[in-house]
Amino acid sequence: MVRVVLPYHLRNLAKVGSEVSLEVDGAVTQRSVLDALEARYPMLCGTIRDHGTLQRRAFLRFFACQEDLSHESPDALLPEAVVSGKEPLIVIGAIAGG
Amino acid sequence: MSQVRVLVGTRKGAFVLTADGKRDKWEVSGPHFAGWELYHVKGSPVDPNRLYASQSSGWFGQLLQRSNDGGKTWEPVGNKFAYDGITGTHQWYDGTAHPWEFKRVWHLEPSLTEVDTVYAGIEDAALFKSTDGAQTWAELSGLRKHGTGPQWQPGGGGLCLHTIILDPSDPQRIYIAISSAGAFRSDDGGNSWKPINKGLYSKYIPNPTAEVGHCVHHVAMNPTRPGVLFMQKHWDVMRSDDAGDSWQKISGNLPTDFGFVIDIHAHEPETIYVVPIKSDSEHYVHEGKLRVFRSKSGGNEWEPLTKGLPQKDCYVNVLRDAMAVDSIDKCGIYFGTTGGQVYASADAGDSWAPIVRDLPAVLSVEVQTLK
Repeated sequence: MVRVVLPYHLRNLAKVGSEVSLEVDGAVTQRSVLDALEARYPMLCGTIRDHGTLQRRAFLRFFACQEDLSHESPDALLPEAVVSGKEPLIVIGAIAGG
Repeated sequence: MSQVRVLVGTRKGAFVLTADGKRDKWEVSGPHFAGWELYHVKGSPVDPNRLYASQSSGWFGQLLQRSNDGGKTWEPVGNKFAYDGITGTHQWYDGTAHPWEFKRVWHLEPSLTEVDTVYAGIEDAALFKSTDGAQTWAELSGLRKHGTGPQWQPGGGGLCLHTIILDPSDPQRIYIAISSAGAFRSDDGGNSWKPINKGLYSKYIPNPTAEVGHCVHHVAMNPTRPGVLFMQKHWDVMRSDDAGDSWQKISGNLPTDFGFVIDIHAHEPETIYVVPIKSDSEHYVHEGKLRVFRSKSGGNEWEPLTKGLPQKDCYVNVLRDAMAVDSIDKCGIYFGTTGGQVYASADAGDSWAPIVRDLPAVLSVEVQTLK
């Protein structure tokens, strides 16, 4: 199971706790994890990545294993610790605005 | 006895304010969607318990929410707004070509006859329609593609389609307004459109009487008198007696005719309300006084309404969708300010009292009169 940590507002939107666990088919990448996340919580569609372009929203970033993975290819394999569930993929919102 | 439900969208959530027909004791529910911007919340005239809300955020984009119980509970619905076909460009602030990009939903207008049909006005300006309760959306692209779209240019708030008026006497007739392109009308259910800006004069654009390019801030129509429209433009208060084919200036004795809101008494279609704002450079009320101005003659002759409103040291704005009227006799008038106050008048504007004083900045106010 892949673990994903969501920011506060998206937890409320999806009515989940701070972390969700997902079954991900095939290679574990940003794309496949987000596909699985949106399939299970369709209300999150469009909130992390744009509907049309599937680009990450500008004020969000992806972290795992204390590394910023935001600019990695969405099809790059995630670290083994994320694949195994030892470490979560963290979706984090920019600390900005009022 | 009737009840009223006031739907308030703010910078940090939505609030639902309810009272009986006396409108003197209020219950406040909220914040709903705390921390999110709620540009607009509006109920269906077919089923007043069906509400639609536009929820957005700079971080997470656009969401649409729907309630089937008058705002007690909500469910997220469709938030995919895909322009139809090749989007092309409109003008950017500097006059260069800029691609059309979806930013947010400014206004939701539920159908007058079908509970699951609702229209959405979005930024960058386009009109969308859903016939399945806001689950899926399709653009009525005849508006954006009718020919003048490449000339449209954003106003200070963006290239937003902020006003949608459905004509109760003719289901094929729809009016919309865009900042800062102007007003447009469809007579075939939204398939084809034409600009309706003849008579508008905007000295700040290269051709002050151009077919498009006017910064229309809001348009109102009393449903009992379709075809008569009132407009608050960037500067100028205007009226049309021929469904927008021509406009006449009715600013008259207003202290300033810059403003955002305009609305009409529910039972007296020649009684209209505006809140003059000092200028386009200073977006707050004139002379530090919060005054609603009322004309009982369809314009030109205006009286300030001040009883119960702050008359010194007040520097709030009232945004374009932040005024509404109920249909009780006497007519109730409501407006919200960027300072977070929502004021109500149960006597057609003669006197005012705050329902709430300390909300986040108010973006929109709608009222439902419940039997």
